[in-house]
Amino acid sequence: MGKIMFKEKDLVVPGDVLAEGMDYLPSGGAVRDNDKIVANHLGLVSLDKRFVKVIPLTGRYIPKEGDTVIAEVVDMGFSGWYLKIGGPYEASLMMKDVSEFVERDSDLSQIHNFGDLIIAKVSRVTRHSNINLTTKGPGLRKITGGKVISITPSKVPRVIGKQGSMVQLLKEKTDCNIIVGQNGKVWINGKNPEDELKATEAILMIEHDSHTEGLTDKISKFLESKK
Amino acid sequence: MSYTKRESKRKFDEMREMEAKIGIIPSADGSAMFRMGETVAIAAVRGPRALHPKFLQNPERGILRCNYDMISFSVPDRKRPGPARRSTEISLVTEKALVPILDLKQFPNAVVDVFIQIVQANAGTRCAGICAASMALAHAGVPMKDLISAVSVGKVGDKIVIDLDKHEEDFPEGATDIPVAMRSNGEVTLLQLDGEVSKDELFSALEMAKKGCNEIDELQRKTLRDFYKGVEK
Repeated sequence: MGKIMFKEKDLVVPGDVLAEGMDYLPSGGAVRDNDKIVANHLGLVSLDKRFVKVIPLTGRYIPKEGDTVIAEVVDMGFSGWYLKIGGPYEASLMMKDVSEFVERDSDLSQIHNFGDLIIAKVSRVTRHSNINLTTKGPGLRKITGGKVISITPSKVPRVIGKQGSMVQLLKEKTDCNIIVGQNGKVWINGKNPEDELKATEAILMIEHDSHTEGLTDKISKFLESKK
Repeated sequence: MSYTKRESKRKFDEMREMEAKIGIIPSADGSAMFRMGETVAIAAVRGPRALHPKFLQNPERGILRCNYDMISFSVPDRKRPGPARRSTEISLVTEKALVPILDLKQFPNAVVDVFIQIVQANAGTRCAGICAASMALAHAGVPMKDLISAVSVGKVGDKIVIDLDKHEEDFPEGATDIPVAMRSNGEVTLLQLDGEVSKDELFSALEMAKKGCNEIDELQRKTLRDFYKGVEK
């Protein structure tokens, strides 16, 4: 019978032996090394029946289908745009995938130009790391106004909170429109710079204290005190 | 004349005092500092990211690119900045020491860049650089199945010693320096030797290196764990 060496949510470092024996199977962030399962990432252990995996705490953004991201236009081709999304590869936004109607032979920079920030959805990730984006859908568009800040992609779930509770709190207390991209880019658009600054401080605080308990209360208190 | 006592008052199998830190360079994806006595190395990792020029790309897996250099004020005589024969060699052996543990299959055509700078040098710089680079890679979240630790062993006079300092390397009756890097299970990924040493002496030196590397490995793991302490709750 195999043996598990760590408990759920334990912190592991690459090379730590997670389990011994052939009864367990390595999932994301773990690999098999003969009869052992070793951690492949720095992260937290997660056990699910026979599967042992490590949820990484660090690392670049790895795009997944269905993610909403905030991307920057870095290049334009004949049939679309190439955008930087913070991962290892550039993503492409094809002409057919934008919500605007594109006329034949029109100038693509009229729609999205270099340096434009766009809220887009990852529509497809191929095995060869071709990433396709789309702006067809509710809330997907070019960003105008406000500011964009960067956080570690692995901290994004904490900024969003359970069922969006944290981002809802931030929106209510700061009176800003906030959109969190899965790639760690956060767009904050408020009525005045003071509100935006307050939201920025709160988000950076969430990133810094993401591991502590009672974070929602802490942020709530922080925003109250700033009023 | 035999080598009876180390000038640093260390035992023959005793390493210098070590210190490790991670997250020291905010703009990098991962970074680390490793100090061994007076030798201080810092490492920054950037990537995985797109690799240019394109002819260097490998469509099967991502590649690792290491860049080792010494800062001009790291040595008593000014080190002329820029790549040189020595730093090119060390960059290459560092890369070869680290690549066996990395799993870059999921990043085809990409590169992981490792920049190692020696801030202060007192022998054993490539080993300190490898130790720092290994931690920086883990901090950057690059998939890797183990950590690499490195230490130099050698023969000073007629004694086998671990972690030579500059004074010992320049021992007048001759000294042999053997940098060794290994995984936590003892698999050797770097072994360089130029000098004179017998087969038995080499094996006893490697045995000593294994013990030293275990100690370094423990420190590396502890440092990485401490940085994220409290996260597991």
